[in-house]
Order: sequence, then C-alpha cells, then structure tokens
Amino acid sequence: MQTLKIGWLYGTKMNIYGDRGNVLALAQRAQWRGIMPEVVELGLGAPIPDDIDIFFFGGGQDQEQVAVSKDLQGAKGEAIREAVEHGAAMLSICGGYQLLGHEYRPHDAEPLPGIGLFDVVSTAGPERFIGNVIIGSEEWGSLVGFENHSGLTYLGNGATPMGTVEVGHGNNGTDGTEGARYRNALGCYMHGALLPKNPQLTDWLISAGLTRRYGEAALAPIDNRLENLAKETAIARARKTK
Amino acid sequence: MRAIRQLDPRLAASVVAAKLTALGIRRLGRGGGTSAPGLVAERIDPAMLTKLTARLRDGVIVVAGTNGKTTTSRMIADILDASGRKVVHNRSGSNLVRGVVSAVAGNATFTGSPRGDIAVIEADEAAFPAIVKLTKPRFILLNNLFRDQLDRYGELDTIARTWKATFQTLDESTTLIVNADDPTLSSITEGIRAKRLTFGLNEANHRLAALPHAADAAVCRVCGADLKYHALYVSHLGDWYCPNGDSARPALDLAGSDIQLQGVESLAITVTSTGQAGVPLEIQVPGLYNAYNTLAAYAVAHAVGVPDVTVQSAMRTFRAAFGRIERVAYKNRTLTLALVKNPVGFNEVLRMLTAETGGLSVPTLIAINDLDADGRDVSWLWDVDFELLADGDGLLGTTGIRGNDMANRLKYAGVPESRLRPLADELEAGLDAFIAMVPEGGVGYILPTYTAMLALRKILADRGAVDAFWDQ
Repeated sequence: MQTLKIGWLYGTKMNIYGDRGNVLALAQRAQWRGIMPEVVELGLGAPIPDDIDIFFFGGGQDQEQVAVSKDLQGAKGEAIREAVEHGAAMLSICGGYQLLGHEYRPHDAEPLPGIGLFDVVSTAGPERFIGNVIIGSEEWGSLVGFENHSGLTYLGNGATPMGTVEVGHGNNGTDGTEGARYRNALGCYMHGALLPKNPQLTDWLISAGLTRRYGEAALAPIDNRLENLAKETAIARARKTK
Repeated sequence: MRAIRQLDPRLAASVVAAKLTALGIRRLGRGGGTSAPGLVAERIDPAMLTKLTARLRDGVIVVAGTNGKTTTSRMIADILDASGRKVVHNRSGSNLVRGVVSAVAGNATFTGSPRGDIAVIEADEAAFPAIVKLTKPRFILLNNLFRDQLDRYGELDTIARTWKATFQTLDESTTLIVNADDPTLSSITEGIRAKRLTFGLNEANHRLAALPHAADAAVCRVCGADLKYHALYVSHLGDWYCPNGDSARPALDLAGSDIQLQGVESLAITVTSTGQAGVPLEIQVPGLYNAYNTLAAYAVAHAVGVPDVTVQSAMRTFRAAFGRIERVAYKNRTLTLALVKNPVGFNEVLRMLTAETGGLSVPTLIAINDLDADGRDVSWLWDVDFELLADGDGLLGTTGIRGNDMANRLKYAGVPESRLRPLADELEAGLDAFIAMVPEGGVGYILPTYTAMLALRKILADRGAVDAFWDQ
C-alpha cells in the first residue's frame, strides 16, 4: 500500500479559517484511493522530517504569527526550502503564505521575516478585503474560496501568480493576481476551506506528493458530485455578491 | 416614592419618535420592528439611552459573550420578574446599540420615564464597549469568548483588547460577573477597579479528553505557554493552569457541580458559594452549554440579591428563546429546532444529539445560510466536529444558501453518502423534502444558522406550527 506523509505546519497555532478542512481533504482523498495518509503536526520547535510529501501551512492571529516567524528562521526554514526544491508539494494560506515570502511588514511593529520561498513581500494595508473569491488559472481551471485579509502581497520577478482574479481582491486588490507558485509550492489568500470544494487542486497536490515519493502518480477517479455541487454553489454565490 | 422628574423635551421627542416608528413597522407587516425605531430615536436624542437607563431604580445588567447571551439574559429577566421587579429587556435578541435603544424606548413613557426597575441588556460583542459606555451598568455578565464570524468581528485577540480597555474605564460601582473557566475573560478582568465575582464548574463528569478543533489555542497571558487543564468542559472552558505556574483559574466564588443532563430535554446543576450549602437548580433546557448558562444566570441573581427560592422556581418554569432549542409539532411529527451559529455552539449541539446512542439515530436537517447575520464565510463549518455524526443510521439532509457546502463537509467527516441528502437550497422546499424523510409520528432535528432559523420559523408559523417570536 502506498503512503503519503502530510506535514501540517503549526497546526494548533495557525488554523484560523477552517484550515483543518484542507488537511482533511488531502487525507480523505488519499485514503479513498487506498493510499495511507499520515498527518504529522510540525509545531513550534519541532524539526522538519526529510520525508514530508505535502506541507500545509494555514493562517493565524497576529500574536501567533510572531512566534511562528521566529521559529522558521535558520535550519527550519532551510529544511522547508530544501524539501520544496526536491519536489515536495505545499499549500499555504494567508499568514502562512506571507511567512513563506521575504517578509511581512505590519503597521506598527517590526517587519516579520519570512523564509523567502516565494519571491513576494507583504505589507499591512489600509482596509480589509473580505468576501468570496474566484480566480481563473491555467493549471487548475476556476478556483473558488473566501478571502479575509488586510495584508497586501506583491510579487517579485521570481514569482508566478496562481491565477487571475475574476471576483474579489486577491494578492493586493490592484494587479489582478492571486497567490504565488514556486515549483509544487502554492500560497494564496483563499480559504473556505479551499481544497474540499476545489478537488482538482487537491488531487494535483496529492499527485505532486506521490511523485516526490514514488517518482510517479496515477490517481483513480473519485465521484466528485458533492464537491462539484459545493463548488458551483460557491461560484454562483461569489458572482452574485461581488 | 419616586422623585418627580423635570420634563426633558428632546428625550420625550425621541421616545415618541421611536414608538411611532415601531408601530408603523408592525402595521406594514415587515416583522418585529426591532431596530429601526432605535435608529430614529438615536437621531433625535443620542443621549437617550444614557438618560433613560439612569432613571432605572435598580440599574442596568449587561450580558455579553459569544455564546449563550440570549438564553442567559432571558433566564435573568425571568428571575428578576419573579422577584417582583419590572424588567426592561431587549428580548427579541436585537443586541446592537440600535436594538437596545428600541427596547428601552419601547418601555418608556412618552415623557421619558422608563417603565421598569431594572434593565437586562444583551450586548453584541462588537457593540459591547459602546453599550457599556452609554448605559453605565451596575452588573456585567461575561459568559465566554469563542471564535465567531471572523468576517464580522475580527480575531478573538481584537475583541479581548477592546473589552479590556472598556473594563479599565469602570469603577467599584460596577460588578463584573465572570466565567473564570474562560482563560481570556479571567485574564482581561484582573487588576481593574470594578468588583469581580467569579463562577465556573467543579464537575466530576462531562469532561472532554482533549481540546476540540474549534478551540482557539489558549495560552498563558504571562509567559505564552500553552495552557493545561485539570478538567476541560466545553471548548477551552475549564479548570485551566499554566504549566510554568504563571497563571491559573482564579478561586471560584460560585461553583457548579453534580450536573445531570437529560438528552434534548432538561438539566440539573448544583451551585455552591463559599461556605454555603449547595443550591440545586432544575431547568428545561438541555446540554452542558446550558449548564453554564444556568450557572451564569444564577450568579447574576445572586449578585443582585434575589433569594435562592425565587431563582429555583423561575428556573423551573423557564422556556428557551425562539429557535435556540424548541420543539414543534408539525404534520404529526415532532421537530426539535436548535440554533447553530459558530463552531463551539454547533459542537455542543452535536454532543447533545449523539450523547445517548454514540452516533446520530434521528433524521436531521442542517440549514446553512451565509447572509451577514450568519457570517458570509462558511469556512467555520470545517472547525465543527461533524465526525460525531459518522456513526449511527440517521439520515442527514442539507438546505440553505450553502447547504451544498454542508453536504460536502459531511462527506469529508466520514458520513457515508448513502445517508446524505443534499436538498434544495430554498428553505421551504428543503423543509418539505426533509419532512418526507421523517416517519409519521416520528422525531426530526433541525439545525439552522441564524437567518435560516428565522426563515424556517416563519414558514412553520405561516403553516400554523408555531407563533411568531415577537409576540412573546
């Protein structure tokens, strides 16, 4: 039986917007195909094992983000960058996404250093972007989620966005981009939870994780009736409320 | 004898305007008319709320917290009523500043005298600082602080910070009645000038083995370490302590124990104050979360000085607020409706529904809307432990604007698809399809979010099943 090792970065600290749903989606869709998922929580001070196939890194409250930023500096951040260079998959959202960039600059405090996995910089903005989001992407088609952030993220030359905003604000509300991608690592502002109702993205991450472990991946199809119903409802809702 | 008051023309004008608006709205049949009159009154005399509440003989009680506000403030109002006081209460759950103004103006004479001795004001988390400032309460009940509607309230830390700033403006004329089992509420009410009365549970049973997913990581406010618990009851509420010894649950002035839960029907709890014999309370509301509400209402009554026997008898005849938990007879079926509005509340409802059989055995309809009052962001559904429903053979219907998100959530919780029934988004069609899933003479559970509850209640009322809530 194949296995898939999912590393949940700071699961108890950084799980503010139903992020647990993303980990659940990865684990369940592996299991339904007879692949044994193993979820390990990588909390403050915990070293990064060298056999993680998929990382998940969610959002947190301000106080928690400071501790996490500190914890990521040095060997830990290095180990995560290394894993991504070797093909590990990653989904990061909100605060997690920001801390995987170069830095996050709050309004009234010292900048929080990130690990520079993505060539992006984030800064606290004047307003909060709250609402449904739809983006279009080449790799995954339409993705739908919900954003709630005041941080503005700007892409450097070395970063590729995940997609183009159709409804919502995305990275910064001005350049029409949402998220960032480097190799198999993704960062974005979409929760909702994102993966359960965007099953094609979940399967892409699982494929990348399996490929890292076994050199190839062939995913059996799953009946996505309920996932697609949820996705269609969310898309219709986003278009209506924009 | 009350002192004769000078007529305050602006105040009288606002009261009149608020009353006429309420009448107008009711006549047009637009619903209960719970907040527009307040809007009109505020425009005419912004200080109206302060002036009116200052004229109450026994002052103001403000009830705040994420969960249980409506239920506890109704319990408190019933107890005070039984004690012979005339109570002004924003009873229909309109808990923003405007709703409070409406309720107070609706209970005032045209010349601006309140028709009551004491006010019980339920305050929305975001409106709490403004309501405290405007009403200068003698008592403030703090129930709990949970994660709720991040799109509306922001993060928990933000609320805790603004509340703490509010507490620092109070003096000894205010007593805070605080659920000490909540580490955040304990910490932000320490070292202030206002008096503090603490309550919490010392309960041998009904403990949780671990922090649920919905609990916000509770950390020591002194050293930042993750808190530990001698006993954990609901979400992060319990007998908490810092592993480094930097903080711990304060001593309890009032402790609840010997809790007996009777399914979806009722509960009993004994409250003990230091050096006194325990006071047993029985009440027709179910679930451990309502044991906290009962204890909280007792604590307020105790602080106000209501005799225990009065509290006991008022509790025995208490009926829960509309939709919070109620039973409705409809088409030869018994439907139990329970409001679900955030992860902690939802978890406690699921705990109650599955306690007896260890899974779900009764057909259940979950109705999820994403309007402003529900929270536009449905990601909170992923923090609820629906895994509790995976066992048992009860069918699960879903409806509402985001009913399909709910059905998908249940699939990922491990509920077999053979038990899932994604029904129409429209609540009326969803309800009809669900009724057909409940056998004649049988029982069904309906778990709606706030606006879905209002709509379902209206549908059922129009069909003769229940009365409209504002008639209460």
